[in-house]
Amino acid sequence: MSRFLEVIRRDLRLALRQGSDSIMVVTFFVLTVVLFPFGIGPESGVLERVAAGVLWVTALLASLLSLDRLFQADYEDGSLELLVLTPTPLEVVVVAKICAHWLTTGLPLLVAAPVLAVLLHMNADGFVTLLLTMLVGTPILSLIGGIGAALVLGARRGGVLLSLLILPLYVPVLIFGVGAIDAAVGARDATPHLLILSGLLAAALPLGPWATAAALRQALE
Amino acid sequence: MAFDPLPPSFVGRALGCIRGGRAVFAGLDFAVAPGDALVLLGPNGSGKSSLLRVMAGLLRPTVGAVLWGETPAAEDAEAHAARTHYVGHHDAVKPVLSVAENLRFWARLHEPHLPTATRAVDGALDAFGLAHLRDVPGKMLSAGQKRRTNLARLLAAPSPLWLLDEPTTALDKASIKVLERVMADHRAAGGMVVLSTHQDVDLPGCRELHLDRFTPGGDEWEDEE
Repeated sequence: MSRFLEVIRRDLRLALRQGSDSIMVVTFFVLTVVLFPFGIGPESGVLERVAAGVLWVTALLASLLSLDRLFQADYEDGSLELLVLTPTPLEVVVVAKICAHWLTTGLPLLVAAPVLAVLLHMNADGFVTLLLTMLVGTPILSLIGGIGAALVLGARRGGVLLSLLILPLYVPVLIFGVGAIDAAVGARDATPHLLILSGLLAAALPLGPWATAAALRQALE
Repeated sequence: MAFDPLPPSFVGRALGCIRGGRAVFAGLDFAVAPGDALVLLGPNGSGKSSLLRVMAGLLRPTVGAVLWGETPAAEDAEAHAARTHYVGHHDAVKPVLSVAENLRFWARLHEPHLPTATRAVDGALDAFGLAHLRDVPGKMLSAGQKRRTNLARLLAAPSPLWLLDEPTTALDKASIKVLERVMADHRAAGGMVVLSTHQDVDLPGCRELHLDRFTPGGDEWEDEE
């Protein structure tokens, strides 16, 4: 357990000192969402209709941006070899790294989302559900993203390859995330959508780190 | 820093390795007893690094097995990791963390007990002459200082088996002397050292393993040269 916390602490410290990743992700999220009122016009009816979809699609893309650095820096400077050779299962190290990734990218998105929802005239009934879907959904993005980030290690143009691998896997999160918000805004029950989203998280939590660890071992051979 | 009274020896049996479709070595046996040192010799591409990665468990041998005593090392990867220190080509020094922070992180992964780890880190910094650099961020270090930071891991958390892949790269003469002394102390305490090198490293009573003897079809290959 202390090793788990040690890896999180180190990654948070690295993120804090380098600073760029979290800020880049949130800035991308904000800027891209702000583009939509310019692109489709400021009528509040239209914006309100697309708000949930715009927020979720943009959040997916923003989280994708930060993924290629998840293991790449450790891979390049040899840290990854040593992380594999610690007296802890590699899966535990992977979960720790993904936790740190969520804290530095998923959490800022979660904080920024309600502010942007106001900008898009989202119906006030959907705010709580928006936060709930983001809270459950963004860890799934980090967990699935970890698999892709580990698979493209050492590949040229890994970033492009990563988006091709990962975006299709993000589709269920998008569907049920937006579905829950639309249900809440339309005064329908959002619980089924949220439950399915939670189910996805429950499946990704063991499967993601397991697949990621296997891909990392492969990358180091 | 003494290990078990009679720790088992580290053995490789009939190891073979294929990299990129080419057989790097085959039919290779080695044995390292406590207090022993094994030096891997051979020209570039003869498989020194591959063999060290096989020993560390980073690479699975195509055939054969690496044993710790009687048990295959691959059977319990975590236990093997706990008794091994691997120093590869890269120094794993984070540019934004200070020397002490870099070292403490790796020490804590091997030794979760904080006061023990902190004391060991201080001792390791002193031993490798890094004490005055402890708060300097990794990006300010020279290649030799980075290498010393990486080597300081060996002392920051005790492990019986050291696997060193060309550890003297970028080191000056004085630092090589320090490394030789550290390795001698480690062996005196019953530790084992396996290292590959192209330079002269003074390891009294070490055994040599010439990897070019295990290259399949090595003779024809030399003829082509």
